[in-house]
Amino acid sequence: MAKSATRPASKAGVQVTPQDLIQYYRDMLLIRRFEEKAGQLYGMGLIGGFCHLYIGQEAVVVGMQAAAEPQDSVITSYRDHGHMLACGMDPKGVMAELTGRRGGYSKGKGGSMHMFSREKKFYGGHGIVAAQVPIGTGLGFAHKYNEDNGVNMAYFGDGALNQGQVYESFNMAALWKLPVVYVIENNQYAMGTSVARSAAGLKLCDRGAAYGIPGQQVDGMDVVKVKEAAAMALAHARSGDGPFILEMNTYRYRGHSMSDPAKYRTKEEVAKMRQEHDPIDRLRERLLAEKIIDEAGLKNIDREIKDIVSLATEFAQSSPEPDPSEMWTDILVEA
Amino acid sequence: MPTEILMPALSPTMTEGKLAKWLKNAGDSVKPGDILAEIETDKATMEVEAVDEGILEKILVEAGTENVAVNAPIAILRGEDEAAGAAPAAKAPAPKADAPVPAAAPSQVAAPMIVKAAAAEPEYTGATATHTVREALRDAMAEEMRRDPKVFLMGEEVAEYQGAYKVSQGLLEEFGPKRVIDTPITEHGFAGMSVGAAFGGLRPIVEFMTFNFAMQAIDHIINSAAKTLYMSGGQMGCPIVFRGPNGAASRVAAQHSQCYASWYAHCPGLKVVSPYSAADAKGLLKSAIRDPNPIIFLENEMLYGQSFEVPTDPEFIVPIGKARIVRTGKHVTITAFSKMVGTAIAAADILAKEGIEAEVIDLRTIRPLDTDTIVASVKKTNRLVSVEEGWPFAGIGSELSALMMELAFDDLDAPVARVHGADVPLPYAANLEKLSLPQPDWIVDAAKRVCYR
Repeated sequence: MAKSATRPASKAGVQVTPQDLIQYYRDMLLIRRFEEKAGQLYGMGLIGGFCHLYIGQEAVVVGMQAAAEPQDSVITSYRDHGHMLACGMDPKGVMAELTGRRGGYSKGKGGSMHMFSREKKFYGGHGIVAAQVPIGTGLGFAHKYNEDNGVNMAYFGDGALNQGQVYESFNMAALWKLPVVYVIENNQYAMGTSVARSAAGLKLCDRGAAYGIPGQQVDGMDVVKVKEAAAMALAHARSGDGPFILEMNTYRYRGHSMSDPAKYRTKEEVAKMRQEHDPIDRLRERLLAEKIIDEAGLKNIDREIKDIVSLATEFAQSSPEPDPSEMWTDILVEA
Repeated sequence: MPTEILMPALSPTMTEGKLAKWLKNAGDSVKPGDILAEIETDKATMEVEAVDEGILEKILVEAGTENVAVNAPIAILRGEDEAAGAAPAAKAPAPKADAPVPAAAPSQVAAPMIVKAAAAEPEYTGATATHTVREALRDAMAEEMRRDPKVFLMGEEVAEYQGAYKVSQGLLEEFGPKRVIDTPITEHGFAGMSVGAAFGGLRPIVEFMTFNFAMQAIDHIINSAAKTLYMSGGQMGCPIVFRGPNGAASRVAAQHSQCYASWYAHCPGLKVVSPYSAADAKGLLKSAIRDPNPIIFLENEMLYGQSFEVPTDPEFIVPIGKARIVRTGKHVTITAFSKMVGTAIAAADILAKEGIEAEVIDLRTIRPLDTDTIVASVKKTNRLVSVEEGWPFAGIGSELSALMMELAFDDLDAPVARVHGADVPLPYAANLEKLSLPQPDWIVDAAKRVCYR
């Protein structure tokens, strides 16, 4: 049995300074503003196809990255823009990939769902629901094989959790004590199907119980709580104790993708989440209440972020489309 | 500077919509995330959120207006500290409606399929020893594992059991459990995991107990291993070998008897190799392990116990993408791969007694196909018989027929003939099984037909 499905988060060693809080605010705000702009560019027809926005879930990836070490790797699904920004990837390259331009991270050949940065240890960006879970487990295998003291953070949603390959991964990761933290971003809806209508049995964080993988529920709308849980889970995985499951209770404000009107939930439900649990507003209130920063300081941050997003947007529109010859490159590595 | 708010596209296919309702009025201040309006698309009613902060200075399109074109200005937003009535900023340039036609794109036919000729294969003149295909495959893995510590073997029963077909004998003893890893029966999972390990800098060899079971894992082989290099703009190479027995064994019926050559050869981003002899099995597996790309390495259980002369030099390798002429002849060209090479040689022996000299080509690599060698042979013989164990529809023979029309039409004196497995799920009964798989006399008949004999 999972020895500690209800194991309390160890807060020992997790220090959050006022400067850290300002940094988390900035990081979350960058994702929010970037995503809003992406939505707008989609509306203008500059971004095509599928585009899944992360608005509402910002505290999850920012809190996780706050606890990560430089050698740790990240992999996620198609709702990936926030993860890339949190990993330190250049907003210009991400936005230019969304617009399908030469300056994008994948030279315009991947799009919203398929971007990577080996340098930043971000391994995608995967379009098949749950495919990133065994791949992330394999990155954990490589961390262990290479003895680089790294941990893979494999993010997936409450919908992906019902795919068989997730349990194949849990089994191997537990069997071989691989350094992997599975981060379930439970945003309550797998496209239009609520968790209540798709998940039987235990709490989602206890889905590893059969394999002896400890799990914990986390308030995914609170960046500090996310960081505390992440520090504990990463330490567990890094110490050789095997994988850990974190269930982040979070919420996406927008539809599943741009063309989803999200009629499966009430406006009141969304409004309540935004008003009472918004991760950025909550942190903003704390920063003001604890006099860590004043309104003018926040305004400066807002302006800086706006400038970063504006520059990314300009780049994403001015970077040329890929040269037609690019169609025939990167199919195979030339030996 | 005031900015124009444009009619948004809210789905990949929307070109116009109805502005159903405004939720903000002129003069209201708006913050990013505020809902401005509701728009009805061809599929649904969607809300439009504000991106910028400011005052909604003017509504340009009234609520209830139908057929508002995407990107038409619908309102004007002014910054809070800006004077009213200034001229709106030039809006962002709209995207070009139609993507430019790549006028200079390479020919659809020529570019991807026909890869430039592989490096010429030097004739091996060194020492040889007699080995089974099974031993040759094991030796290839052992030599490459000695050469590169990033190479490891993973699969069901590969370690303690020494391989379900005893291909990995002795590897656990030499390399230990870190590098020779027994997996649970979990093809989808360990295929995906090995792709992740390859992304993480390792060089996995993944053994499928048979390729039939790789159908559980095919999403990771195609979507994760083969496509990610392209989708990442060249960043994410996936050096990995998926290997195991392919095709019919003996009396194991339809689910365990299938040739996957054309399935995988269909997909850009993969190389597909299928050797016949032990020397080629060894030399090609070594090349596959060293290759920076995902390789499908199709073996055959019926060949594992067959013996051939194998070069003993550990630096002996066989280039991927190069066919081999195993028997020269001038009347008809016969192509085959894997176990069918033996069947084709048997047929050529029969044909020789009847005065027909067949040239037998072992394709060895299915993708990239060595079309140069095949076309050169057909220019000499003017006839082609393609042999494969798999099904006919969209098979390797179909591809060869099309290629010969494109590349050697004027050299053909007869239509290309295809010899292939019967178009049925392989039956269990001994007589029916034999009737379903290509026999030497099928090839003899086809060769005579194209020679008009």
